[in-house]
Amino acid sequence: MSPIIEINDVHKNFGHLKVLNGVSFDIERGEVVAVIGRSGSGKSTMLRSVNRLEKIDRGRLVVCGHVVSDPSVDLHQLRRDVGIVFQSFNLFPHLTVRENVALGPRVARKLGRAETAKISEAALARVNLLEKLDVYPEQLSGGQQQRVAIARSLAMEPQVMLFDEVTSALDPYLTGEVLGVMEDLARGGMTMLVVTHEMEFAKRVANSIIFMNEGRVWERGPGGMLDDPQTLELRQFVGKT
Amino acid sequence: MGGSFNSNHFVFLMMGAVWTLALTMLAFVSGGVLGFVVSLCRVSPLRALRLITAAYILLVQGTPLLVLIFLLYFGVSMAGFQVSPLLAADLALTVYSSAYLGEIWRGCIESVPREQWEAAECLPLTRTQRMRLVVLPQAYKIAAPPTAGFMVQIVKNSSLASVVGFVELTRAGQLVNNSIFQPFLVFLIVAVLYFAMCYPLSYWSRKFETRSGIYARVQPE
Ligand SMILES: Nc1ncnc2c1ncn2[C@@H]1O[C@H](COP(=O)(O)OP(=O)(O)O)[C@@H](O)[C@H]1O
Ligand SMILES: [Mg+2]
Repeated sequence: MSPIIEINDVHKNFGHLKVLNGVSFDIERGEVVAVIGRSGSGKSTMLRSVNRLEKIDRGRLVVCGHVVSDPSVDLHQLRRDVGIVFQSFNLFPHLTVRENVALGPRVARKLGRAETAKISEAALARVNLLEKLDVYPEQLSGGQQQRVAIARSLAMEPQVMLFDEVTSALDPYLTGEVLGVMEDLARGGMTMLVVTHEMEFAKRVANSIIFMNEGRVWERGPGGMLDDPQTLELRQFVGKT
Repeated sequence: MGGSFNSNHFVFLMMGAVWTLALTMLAFVSGGVLGFVVSLCRVSPLRALRLITAAYILLVQGTPLLVLIFLLYFGVSMAGFQVSPLLAADLALTVYSSAYLGEIWRGCIESVPREQWEAAECLPLTRTQRMRLVVLPQAYKIAAPPTAGFMVQIVKNSSLASVVGFVELTRAGQLVNNSIFQPFLVFLIVAVLYFAMCYPLSYWSRKFETRSGIYARVQPE
């Protein structure tokens, strides 16, 4: 079987700034890959390129069979297959928890009322938030909001999930509950690409870790690579965290 | 005529107030509909639509309302159509409101954070669904105070309709005063009537501004 995500020599500039400078790696179905690296190394840009929130300049990118680097890619289908969770949650503040999660199934998947309710509640159960169905996001803690955001993504039943520093805005206690949910997802077989600063989580949960530097994959290896860096840059990076 | 202020005069002023209200409502409804279209065009992905509506706004905002009223009353008559003072004033206020409301509402739509668009896009909702289900409901809450503020301006500016002979509140005051010459009393009553129309709007907009948790209808536990 071919990889579910194929990234081949991907380049991306913002004006004169080279942000992605020949990124290449593959992810197999069911794999969990953590991406680490200094701020500004292009992690978010790489992640956002995967579901075409950013358009790449050069290279080839294939996700769930969709050729993302092809301008005529079916964006709707691509985004149904690829869920994304952001650092800043980005829940819809005018909708309740239940409505936030139901919007995708009801509108994008065009499911009926009963099925939408069933799927939304199942998604909220997976993030342990069934008791918060009818409250608004502003009434929830950051950790709860982020779990709702994960449930909103899950309700689309994606094949791949992207996470961009989803715990960076949370205090350590709330970070734990969100990482716990992500660990459950990983165990359940979800393919995940996770940009994170949580080294312990990366070591414990990820099948492999990618260290990005200067818009490239600098090193890739199993969790153990953090204890035995091959490059000066990774040694410096793990040394200071 | 002469005489002193009596209930007939008061009824006449009240009628003027009703016409002011009617003119304002008409202008607000038609100006609101047109203004909504203008605001959507201003944020459209189509450059041509954005430019045309930007020019429209610039043109209308650069013209005094009084001149707009004259243009529509005399201009349209010269083109061979009969326009009543009410219609001319209503058209002028509609055009005027649509430009200002279009610009106010464009700002409200754009003040919904980019991340909200993005989250909706990733769900994935189509552009129309994003606008209708995610952006407009949030823009609506932001829009309430400046919209109410603008309506207060419309109530007051509708007095300009008197220049083409339309008898609204200000004109009614002038007519009553011409007959009994008690300017202070007459215009005090006129002012109170304007205040009675504007205050609910100001109150409503201020109530909106001071509410903090605008989405929560349930108390957090
Ligand atoms: N939309 C953008 N426009 C211009 N520059 C950007 C944009 N997004 C990111 N950048 C720049 O690209 C570089 C890489 O950013 P990013 O991918 O967010 O890195 P990371 O997530 O690793 O911190 C940074 O220097 C950032 O300032
Ligand atoms: Mg980032």
